[in-house]
Amino acid sequence: MIKEILARIKQGYRTLPFPFEKIKLSERYKGYPKLDFSNLKESEIEELLSVCPNSCIYKDAGKINLDLGNCTFCAICEKKLPQAVKFSKDWSMAFSSREDLILSQDTKKKSYVLREEIRKLFGRSLRLRQVSAGGCNACEADCNVLGTPAFDMGRFGIQFVASPRHADGILITGPVSENMYTALIKTYRAVPDPKIAIAVGACAIGGGIYRNLPKVKGISEEINIDLYIPGCPPNPITILDALLRFIGRIK
Amino acid sequence: MKDFITGNLEEIEFLDRDVFVKRLSGELSLGAGVLSYFSVKYKEGIKLFVFLLKKSGEIEFFSCKADSKMPSLTPFYPQLHLFEREISEKTGIIFEGHPLPNPVRYENGLTASSGSYFKVQGNEIHEVAVGPVHAGVIEPGHFRFQCLGENVFHLQIELGYQHRGIENAVISVDKKRMLPMIETAAGDTSIGHAWTYAKITEALCEVQISKRASFLRGAALELERLANHIGDLGALSGDVAYLPTANFCGRIRGEILNITALLCGNRFGRNFIIPGGVEYDVDDKLIKEIMSRLDSAYEDAVSAISLLWERKTVLDRFEKTGIVSLEKALKLRLVGPAGRASGIDCDLRKIFKSEPYEDFESEPLTLNGDVFSRAYIRWMEIKKSYKLIKNWLSRLPQGEITLEIGPFKKNSFALALTEGWRGEICHVCFTDDKGEISFYKIKDPSFHNWQGLAMALRNAQISDFPLCNKSFNLSYCGHDL
Repeated sequence: MIKEILARIKQGYRTLPFPFEKIKLSERYKGYPKLDFSNLKESEIEELLSVCPNSCIYKDAGKINLDLGNCTFCAICEKKLPQAVKFSKDWSMAFSSREDLILSQDTKKKSYVLREEIRKLFGRSLRLRQVSAGGCNACEADCNVLGTPAFDMGRFGIQFVASPRHADGILITGPVSENMYTALIKTYRAVPDPKIAIAVGACAIGGGIYRNLPKVKGISEEINIDLYIPGCPPNPITILDALLRFIGRIK
Repeated sequence: MKDFITGNLEEIEFLDRDVFVKRLSGELSLGAGVLSYFSVKYKEGIKLFVFLLKKSGEIEFFSCKADSKMPSLTPFYPQLHLFEREISEKTGIIFEGHPLPNPVRYENGLTASSGSYFKVQGNEIHEVAVGPVHAGVIEPGHFRFQCLGENVFHLQIELGYQHRGIENAVISVDKKRMLPMIETAAGDTSIGHAWTYAKITEALCEVQISKRASFLRGAALELERLANHIGDLGALSGDVAYLPTANFCGRIRGEILNITALLCGNRFGRNFIIPGGVEYDVDDKLIKEIMSRLDSAYEDAVSAISLLWERKTVLDRFEKTGIVSLEKALKLRLVGPAGRASGIDCDLRKIFKSEPYEDFESEPLTLNGDVFSRAYIRWMEIKKSYKLIKNWLSRLPQGEITLEIGPFKKNSFALALTEGWRGEICHVCFTDDKGEISFYKIKDPSFHNWQGLAMALRNAQISDFPLCNKSFNLSYCGHDL
């Protein structure tokens, strides 16, 4: 036993202090993007629209948009046109609707709007069933890590549970492959009401890299998504921060 | 030796069907391993291609025109079982005599729970079906156990739930999407798959990347290995309810991922390796930071993992659990740490010693293929990876990090291999008469190793399944693609 105690002393106390505002991620981390298309020449606009591997930058009604939902934060656009797109170090990203993820240069960063009924129901205890539906195990791994001592989401009453029957909602990762489409719906239906659903990562939100492929179906309309957490995968601190905003522990 | 080959498609020997079968079984009987075995549809019919790794380290390849019925070699060489099933699913070719000709990925509207299953008969036999959605935060798959009481006679693993159609997609979508798709073939092996893809592209336009780029790629690959092996040892520890190591390692794994993020901003190394080199360079300040954080994470890992090998409660559960004998492992051709834990000397870094692994040595260990072996081999590899990274970063040569990738050779093929943290990653690519990619085949090491898990469960207790599963920690999406 003495060796365990010595090891424990050596490892030290590693839980991140709450609230997390002061946490700084690596120098090369790419977070919420700042957009400025005003000084672009016609040729540069054309380049911007074609540069994204995921076609996340597109023109709609004469306006240039960036779909943060499908963005993998690869920053290839920033490398080509640094004057137009700049990924900041801001890792806090939680959105209540799909539309909020469509950014244009005038968009002010939307903060999550707390729903009072969610706070009342789940504010002190949220049990989630994680469903990977075609996920590549990166989003899954970064959800799993929330249970380790560094993030320790248990201290906020949030936990992943083994069965949808024990859960308050589901947390979906992956673009939803054809073969997981039904299993995902069945898992959702097995969660007792009132229930919530959370989409984590570009794939779950909009298909990400896998959108519009014949074997990829996306989340069924039957499942109403209450919280969107973008990234490929989102940093664990982004996921935890979003969950805490969702239940009203961070305002 | 090089861990890739390339040439004109015409250089692939084209044999008669019967000669092909004879030659394939001849090579396999001499101990060759299948790197990749697949079908390609042409206007004039379906062709089969096979790439073998001979015992000497040479890569041998040949092809034939397939008939609608082919004799199955699986009963004699079980390492072929999934390859034959895959070809059959894709083309409709029937492999006569295959013991279980189920689809691999259930592409055509079926799901694995509707597949056919071995059934053990008897009054007190019961069947346990698990998945696709199972207890942990884990990918989906279907497992079916035939049990007598606690004792497992047989475990059948049917996957396919994660199938996204990557191999078809990479040749049909915009070229820019190719790298991110391949990186997420198995998202926890992004570096391994991206490097293999990069080797293919470099082989197809005959570019030799700089030493600096290859050292940086090596460091990223070994960081990926470190993170996953440390995470696995923590998870194994958690599965035997030994919580100190489980908790410590969970955190240390995250720290290694954060070191990867120092390189490229992404914890999984996305967009670090690109065709022609690496996307991001390092300066002295960054190297210093990486080294010091790596040292302290490694020190923590040593203190956390050493506990495992001293605790009777851990060893009692690890030892003699889920044994895969050397004989079975060779027949199935297990790769990576799982293969080495059963005593196969199968490290591609050692076989090819390709850049930057010129000095790589590893001593074969006397291990017996149980959970302990699969845990201990990871510990040995953690120590090695740490030394490799330190060595490369401390003598990083100067040079261009990225070279221009030119047009691909026309009507050519390329095969590349990488020893990822799970084992042998193999990609094969064909180009057409315009130099465009016309065919792409990905093989994740999990494709070889899933059956190893099924064998580990033979006559084991069903309650040992989570522990055995964790000791392999295979990829579902890498298998399903």
